[in-house]
Amino acid sequence: MRLGRSIAPVSAFLALGLVILVVPSFVSAFRAQQLSYVAIYLVALIGLNVLTGYTGQISLGHGAFMAVGGYTTAILMTDYGVKDVWTIPIAALVTGAVGFLFGLPALRLSGLYLALATFAIAVSTPAVIKRFEGFTGGGSGINLFGVPELTASLTPVEILGRELVFNDWLYYLAWTTALIGYVLAWLLLRGRTGLAFRAVRDSETAAQSSGVGLPRYKTLAFGVSAAYAGVAGSLFAIATTFVNPDTFPITLSILLLVGVVVGGLGSLVGLIAGAVFIQFLPEWSQQVSKSPGAPTVVSGIILIALMFVLPMGFAGLVGRVRTLTKR
Amino acid sequence: MADFMQQVVAGLASGSIYASLALALVLIHRATGVINFAQGEMATLSTYLAWTLTTNHGWSYWPAFAVTLALSFAGGAAVHQGIIRPNEKGSVLRVVIVTIGLLLLINGAVTWIWSGEVRAVQSPFPTRTIEIGGVAISIQDIGTIGVVVGTMVLLWFLFQRTKIGLAMRAASVNPAEARLVGVRVTWMLSLGWGLAAMLGAISGMLAAPSVFLDPNLMAAILIYAFAAAVLGGIDSPVGAIVGGLTLGVGLNLLGTYVDFVGADLRLPGALFVILVVLLVRPSGIFGHRAVKRV
Repeated sequence: MRLGRSIAPVSAFLALGLVILVVPSFVSAFRAQQLSYVAIYLVALIGLNVLTGYTGQISLGHGAFMAVGGYTTAILMTDYGVKDVWTIPIAALVTGAVGFLFGLPALRLSGLYLALATFAIAVSTPAVIKRFEGFTGGGSGINLFGVPELTASLTPVEILGRELVFNDWLYYLAWTTALIGYVLAWLLLRGRTGLAFRAVRDSETAAQSSGVGLPRYKTLAFGVSAAYAGVAGSLFAIATTFVNPDTFPITLSILLLVGVVVGGLGSLVGLIAGAVFIQFLPEWSQQVSKSPGAPTVVSGIILIALMFVLPMGFAGLVGRVRTLTKR
Repeated sequence: MADFMQQVVAGLASGSIYASLALALVLIHRATGVINFAQGEMATLSTYLAWTLTTNHGWSYWPAFAVTLALSFAGGAAVHQGIIRPNEKGSVLRVVIVTIGLLLLINGAVTWIWSGEVRAVQSPFPTRTIEIGGVAISIQDIGTIGVVVGTMVLLWFLFQRTKIGLAMRAASVNPAEARLVGVRVTWMLSLGWGLAAMLGAISGMLAAPSVFLDPNLMAAILIYAFAAAVLGGIDSPVGAIVGGLTLGVGLNLLGTYVDFVGADLRLPGALFVILVVLLVRPSGIFGHRAVKRV
């Protein structure tokens, strides 16, 4: 029974892995780069969904956690000479710790207040980064081109006898990380912890009276969620080879929430759709109009329309189709 | 000392701008129990309307001001009827996301229509200063404070002394019983949204002459307004006003006299206020603790 239930998702996952493995052979380097960003967004979305979708804690500030991850990578590379790939786990740890610490005061905030507090954090992040110039390079940011030997940006990397140019290398790095993150999240959420998260989301009072420790699970959710965002921020810095305060604006935080809602709150499957959506939305809306505000208008309309017709996002659509076909 | 008083008056002027946007947030929170993340963008849109009327159509300031208020009122009510009310069922997250969608929609539309260019807005008040007891005070600051105070008095009169204000209060405090005694609750709530949009418009139009007009005009002011509303208590109109003024004066003094804060850390300063208040006294200075039966 248990085995039978696991076969379908595992085989679907393996098929997905295979598709991801061969895609770079068929698409241009430019597309490969865009698809790497999809993977980066996917990592951040998984993290946000652990917190917002599964535990019910709204965060409008995940861009700030991404900033922590991105700057961790940039500072480790330029000041301490750490190779880019090894900065990723460190970024996860640092950001996870920051998220855990933020989770402590956030315990006292519920619903809208938490949304407010995280929104305020995301808005003021660029100002804080600019203020602590000595550490973060201020407004001009940190350029990773200064340390070419630590990244694959200029010299091709050789893996298993194949030379990979930067875009392909980035693609495999991002997707490997995303798939590992996906599996880890799946394992975490299907067990007792996931059950506790969902109990907290559905009713804090009921969860507490059934013996679910709110402080423990809420801070855990914050920590895990932030660690994912940190990894995404770290990959983002590696991909753009540059970080500055405007790399992580408030719109990034909002976009992440859009992605989670499009994908479906409380579901991992739909998140790939959410990540594709936020990466390709600007390109699609260019076809509507080339004006600068157009992508934002389109995403706003889609977001509102989604709440009308599909409040459960893409995953809700999949679920609905599934129940229809079973009849 | 004269310098100090000058900073206090300037702080009161920006504080009254925060206060009117904070009051808009409080009105909506009382009426529909949500925080409208699009409040700032709605105000920006109103400000652009006023700017177009005066600059492109040659209107003089005050008629444009009045027409903008009327349009904002209609727009706010329409937003409630059109996209908020249908999404009120289910989790809070749904409405939050709708208001964020609205934020994106309006921000994009403003950029689309008027381009991202930064524009100068003329002030309805002379830019001269007058001297009161050795303190030079700009007439614009006094005008700003005056307009906001006038608005607050009118609102107080509406809510406390008229039948429609009573109905609006009833609709937000206890919708079910208000409905039983014949109050048209959804229309009262739409009215609340309309009034909030008007307050936002006032705040935007008063802020624009000193900070220039661009699509992100209200982004920072919205955060200050959030901080003010949280400081005063998110369900208390008086709290929003006191919170706004306190924050305006406090941040102005901090920015002027504490070197570490300067101009850069004013925004994080507001964030700090939000966090501390939420942790120490979540209901704010004047707010009431929500007690829920489960």
